[in-house]
Amino acid sequence: MATTELKEKNAKTGTMLVKKALPQMLKSGVIMDVVNAEQAKIAEAAGAVAVMALERVPADIRADGGVARMSDPELIIQIKNAVSIPVMAKVRIGHFVEAQILESLGVDCIDESEVLTPADEEFHIDKSKFTIPFVCGARNLGEALRRIGEGAAFIRTKGEAGTGDVVEAVRHARTILGEIKRLTVMPREELMTYAKSIGAPFDLVASVAESGKLPVVNFAAGGIATPADAALLMQLGVDGVFVGSGIFKSGDPSKRAEAIVKATTFYNDPKVLAEVSRKLGEPMVGRTARSLSEGEELAKRGW
Amino acid sequence: MITVGILALQGAFAEHAESLRRCGVKTKLVKHASEIEEIDGLVIPGGESTTIAKLTGNNSDPLFDAIIARAKAGMPVYGTCMGLIFLAREIEGSTQGRLNLMDISVRRNAFGPQKFSREEQVSIPELGEEPYPVVFIRGPIILTAGSKVQVLAQVEEGLVMCRQDNLLVTAFHPELTDDLRVHKYFMEMVSQYKERVAQTVAVGQLAKLR
Repeated sequence: MATTELKEKNAKTGTMLVKKALPQMLKSGVIMDVVNAEQAKIAEAAGAVAVMALERVPADIRADGGVARMSDPELIIQIKNAVSIPVMAKVRIGHFVEAQILESLGVDCIDESEVLTPADEEFHIDKSKFTIPFVCGARNLGEALRRIGEGAAFIRTKGEAGTGDVVEAVRHARTILGEIKRLTVMPREELMTYAKSIGAPFDLVASVAESGKLPVVNFAAGGIATPADAALLMQLGVDGVFVGSGIFKSGDPSKRAEAIVKATTFYNDPKVLAEVSRKLGEPMVGRTARSLSEGEELAKRGW
Repeated sequence: MITVGILALQGAFAEHAESLRRCGVKTKLVKHASEIEEIDGLVIPGGESTTIAKLTGNNSDPLFDAIIARAKAGMPVYGTCMGLIFLAREIEGSTQGRLNLMDISVRRNAFGPQKFSREEQVSIPELGEEPYPVVFIRGPIILTAGSKVQVLAQVEEGLVMCRQDNLLVTAFHPELTDDLRVHKYFMEMVSQYKERVAQTVAVGQLAKLR
């Protein structure tokens, strides 16, 4: 694909190849939520592949209530200046102006996130218009392919952010990966009806059926709090993990961050996992995803 | 048959494995020091250089030592992007862990944030007349190269492909394109190394090699 695309010598930014490549470089890595420059430095020193800059981690967004919006650009600039690794930031679903602002600030990737209060209950952002890649949450294959159809270059499970309960991330990862597996053995004549039933673009469904994987990188997110949680998702088959509240809401963030980084690399090695899980101090105080009332379930935002 | 290892701690190692498989080479994902003994060449992929430094104990780790020992004994090593930074002698403004094998000084994120990441066609005479499709993703640049370093490609910002004996580096990502010429060039380095080792063994000089 690239060879033919590149017939003329002109340098091109923001092509799908270039946008999809950023998350490819983050694979088998941990992306950590940070709320200030100091936390960003701790995350980088612990081996994070990128940081997500935001004013409040999801656990606090839940506790505080109210409308959650894009972070203050000043905070994002401070975090950008503090680290050399990629910096990501969140915008509300459908809020393309927040996305324009983040792109102008030079963030490396935008998360169109259900953790913030949606700005549009009908339409997501047209992500193909932007030079930088977007990551979007998904609970199932149909949702993942709709986001990719809109131009997302990176997918993550939604999980239930800010709970410290990994159950929803596991459910979403198993659902997406299971649906992909079933697609690979589906007779070709069934693909159109299947595409219709999951509400996904046919071309993307056909391409997943052929390749056996999503056309973009797929991370786990939402409720990961321990090294074992990260390794569990990696063994299920995701490409890497986001850890939100799990690190800086724990007793010893630096040590826990390092442990989750190692666990994500050596996810198949129980000896390493046992070693890094020792004496990590208090994990974040969790809240079971089941105890959330209807309005508190963030994963149901987005469509 | 040669076996090329790909350092699989973090980053785009699967993409390199796929490119090498398409070249018809046996590949092995490497995470532990013992696995370094089972390969004839090593690819260090793109990823985050601060993460790889951390995962190799900031210069003190059996895997880190094993890579240096084999590279110093002549095994070909090819570093892409993060791999280029990891192989360098000097990283501008940083004390982060590195192999310190290649006589180059480098600047990380030399192109700026992701919005300046780009693809373009570059002439690489060593790979033939047809321009090569290079992809830079928050890529580094080689600022200075020692006298033993052969420059193979450059762009406006600086040097982007160099070789020093058994060490090859690119600031760009051939594993993201369908053009296999860089991987084939590296395979040739590995084949020649393996032949030399076989000849040396044949004349009973293995001890000297080590």
